[in-house]
Amino acid sequence: MKIGVLALQGAVAEHIRSLESAGAEAVAIKWPEQLHDLDGLVIPGGESTTIGKLMRKYQFVEPIQMFAKQGKPLFGTCAGLIILAKHILGNQGQEEPHLGLMDIEVRRNAFGRQRESFEASLAVKGIDEPVTAVFIRAPLIEAVHGDVEVLSTVNDEIVLARQGHLLACSFHPELTEDKRLHQYFIEMVEESKKRLSV
Amino acid sequence: METGTSRVKRGMAEMQKGGVIMDVMNAEQAKIAEAAGATAVMALERVPSDIRAAGGVARMADPTIVEEVMKVVSIPVMAKARIGHYVEAKVLESLGVDYIDESEVLTPADEVYHIDKNEFTIPFVCGAKDLGEALRRIGEGAAMLRTKGEPGTGNIVEAVRHMRLINSQIRKVQNLSKDELYAEAKNLGVSYDILIGVHETGKLPVVNFAAGGIATPADAALMMHLGADGVFVGSGIFKSDSPEKFARAIVEATTHYTDYTLIAQISKNLGTPMKGIDIAKLDPSERMQDRGW
Repeated sequence: MKIGVLALQGAVAEHIRSLESAGAEAVAIKWPEQLHDLDGLVIPGGESTTIGKLMRKYQFVEPIQMFAKQGKPLFGTCAGLIILAKHILGNQGQEEPHLGLMDIEVRRNAFGRQRESFEASLAVKGIDEPVTAVFIRAPLIEAVHGDVEVLSTVNDEIVLARQGHLLACSFHPELTEDKRLHQYFIEMVEESKKRLSV
Repeated sequence: METGTSRVKRGMAEMQKGGVIMDVMNAEQAKIAEAAGATAVMALERVPSDIRAAGGVARMADPTIVEEVMKVVSIPVMAKARIGHYVEAKVLESLGVDYIDESEVLTPADEVYHIDKNEFTIPFVCGAKDLGEALRRIGEGAAMLRTKGEPGTGNIVEAVRHMRLINSQIRKVQNLSKDELYAEAKNLGVSYDILIGVHETGKLPVVNFAAGGIATPADAALMMHLGADGVFVGSGIFKSDSPEKFARAIVEATTHYTDYTLIAQISKNLGTPMKGIDIAKLDPSERMQDRGW
């Protein structure tokens, strides 16, 4: 199994380390041609405006949408959550979506500026013990539609959700030693591999 | 929920990795930087080359400029406080800036002590030209480092020197035996506890960007090649002929720093970069990198 980490900007090395320590082969993805032999893709934390611009510039948008259409899993963390969302709310109102894959409404910098960034312990559906989550100028999921399942909340606000083969969270599992969310995603990739090979 | 933890502060810098942080002097420049793909902007009253030209005492920017920039961009906004100037830093924190640069570009306010950065909720970035400085700043609470280089010169040579020195000192520390580390901690003037971490991991515990003299896309790529986690561009963008083009090209060169065909492509017809200064011709009193200790 091979999982890619979109390597245009952001916490790429951290995701690769987390995926490898959870037992997957992980590679940095710099060009769209690299997508074809992947079983899953992580869109890391970073600056969503920067990652979004570079994705357009290097023609990543359509290939990743195709990748998702094939049923291959995607995992977006923080900026990656914004990149996956169908609806994005910024300070100046509605923003153009990047990949527009997941039926969620995301508000950018929803908790405030860096001063308000925090870590918290979260109960996550499907994971036994609480997960330590690091939120950095984090977005949050204001609303979910269709078959999106809410997996975790902070003060009743949605911070982790799944829609079929798409997983997204507003915090940074790659910044802690806890590999359970990466393991969860690896299991999603294994399931999809099985399904796709049938 | 806990704010201002070391993980939250250092993590913020991790999210900047592979990115370009650009100096801006007003809202219009901030928008240009954001549109070009900057991962953050540094709000200043004057860029380093203008500070150099103007002489006199350089201080924290007028809060109006910082607020103006914060209002128009959604990416993080950083601002500079003088070395040791606790109150300037507190003022910037109260404005809600996302990162403070305790910077040698401004005239130091204290010739002995840097700010105790551990007691702040917002993170700090500090300059370093060797491993000792780097680890002392981390001990004081810096959550991100950058090379000092020689700001405002458009000359990359000092940033290269600092990046190479820090990395070779890390390799040396990695190869010392445990008993030799005590003496090395004394030599470097750093805490043994922080040094042992470097010995074990072979890297700094925080992100280290390149700064000071980056003027072209190739300069940015060179610093990435030498192991920088990302780059700060000060005067290099808005002192060039065409800031938009330079900004976009430097962002691309930082992302794809090993793709030389691409760097060749984006370096075409960029216009004139900022005018540079030969470091050897600088009067020692004008060397900003010697500020801080």
